[in-house]
Amino acid sequence: MKARRFVRRHVLDAYALLALLYLFVPISVVVAFSFNNPLGRFNYTWQGFTFKNWTHPFNYPGLSGAIKVSIEIAIFSSIVATILGTLIALALVRYKFRGSGSLNLLIFVPMTTPEIVMGASLLTLFLNWKIPQGFGTILIAHILFNISYVVVTVRARLVGFDRHLEEAAMDLGANEFVTFVRVTLPLIAPGIFAAGLLAFALSIDDFVITYFNAGTTVTFPLFVWGAARVAVPPQINVIGSAIFLIAVGGMLANILLQNRRARVAT
Amino acid sequence: MGRFFHRSRWATPYALLTPGTAWLLVFFVVPMYYLAKMSLEQGLFPIFSFGWAWHNFSDAVTEFKPQFIRSIEYAGIATAIALLISYPLAYWIAFRGGRWKNLFLLLVIAPFFVTYLIRTLAWETILADNGVVVRVLKDVHVLGADGRLLATSVAVVAGITYNFLPFMVLPLYVSLEQVDPRLIEAASDLYANSARSFARVTLPLSLPGVFAGVLLTFIPAAGDFINAQLLGTPQQYMIGNVIQSQFLELRDYPTAAALSFVLMGAILVLVLIFARVLGTDRLTAGTAA
Repeated sequence: MKARRFVRRHVLDAYALLALLYLFVPISVVVAFSFNNPLGRFNYTWQGFTFKNWTHPFNYPGLSGAIKVSIEIAIFSSIVATILGTLIALALVRYKFRGSGSLNLLIFVPMTTPEIVMGASLLTLFLNWKIPQGFGTILIAHILFNISYVVVTVRARLVGFDRHLEEAAMDLGANEFVTFVRVTLPLIAPGIFAAGLLAFALSIDDFVITYFNAGTTVTFPLFVWGAARVAVPPQINVIGSAIFLIAVGGMLANILLQNRRARVAT
Repeated sequence: MGRFFHRSRWATPYALLTPGTAWLLVFFVVPMYYLAKMSLEQGLFPIFSFGWAWHNFSDAVTEFKPQFIRSIEYAGIATAIALLISYPLAYWIAFRGGRWKNLFLLLVIAPFFVTYLIRTLAWETILADNGVVVRVLKDVHVLGADGRLLATSVAVVAGITYNFLPFMVLPLYVSLEQVDPRLIEAASDLYANSARSFARVTLPLSLPGVFAGVLLTFIPAAGDFINAQLLGTPQQYMIGNVIQSQFLELRDYPTAAALSFVLMGAILVLVLIFARVLGTDRLTAGTAA
């Protein structure tokens, strides 16, 4: 019985390890091929090792412009969506009001709508209103799909919030506004920050909705898509790997720091 | 602002929610109205006129039936495989992760910081005809001498499975993490063996996570067109490919709009059936939490 239990326990460990390895298979390919020195226009077969792509990451026409557009849209859309979404989350958690049920639905439905349908519906709107497609329409679309995710993230933080802290501030003579700025906001700030990061990540990675509403503007995913048809330069792998390393490195440092703090505290 | 907060308390929630709600109404609800209207129009680009053209729907479904069936099939298989990969992984992180839970969660989502399209292009490299995977499969005679993976439905399903995996793992993890270990202890105190306590305690408690994970995986998978385009051929095209080309290449907006609504309707029906199978009261309890 004990032996069987031992085997079963380690079967699960092995399974989890394999699943984690599987997740990293394509990523290792992306990183490995960023060091490839392809002969033709397609970076599909291994030819030889080089640092050239990393020392000249933007050495491909149109690439740096596309990255710039992506970053700008991600910054603007995540800021606007975070503000709009946080306000909705505050209203939903803090107040009882008529129509909160339909508001919940209005927030939920966009998250369960296939991206292609959302992209197509926005396209019909812009066609009907004769709004030329480009940077502005991409921004509108990204703010739209980010709002719901921000509401959900911030609401999760607000629900577990100890309201006695606010009452204490008011008992000590703070008015509602001062209480909000000095007590509520700092306490929910991590949730707002997380929501902003999520919105940034969703925006910078979005392809489908952007594809429908970009006009002639090119974001990084659109650039990759266009490139995939005629050529796949290794610079794409370099940028992909770099974004991956920065994001994961930052989060890893954060987790290790938290763990160390937790250990010091106990 | 302080005075505003004080004087009109009833108005405060409306003031907070108006800007965001207006955005959702103008750029989500209104576009859906235009899409619905478009689906009932007729004519040729660039002149369409409204005329309750319900035949758009029947025509679209008849003409693109294979792509519809394929979408549901591919998305269904990919969701099932994703569940099989994710459940043990999420279980392992939740119950065996200990102090390093957050690190393992990071490892799960980390690959998805590489842009979707680049990830899919990487699968193109992995499954390529002269790649390692194909060679090994040929050596062990799983694949014939001229067999290939790229440009087959296997490649498309594999790509879909991989690309939406975190949407499965994260909800599963959240619901498994909330399972109180004392309940499992209680089950074993009452002489349930570990398989039985899993089947009677852990699994039922994790069903809201299964539901959320299946939903979050199946919906984007059914509407996807990137995997079929990059890893498949027109023989593997899904309904997303059709909507995309009808809208952006052929510019037959009414057909594309009708197809979009049929896709949403099909997804809604399947989700409702699935919710019924799992038990609705459990699920509402899950969404309220």
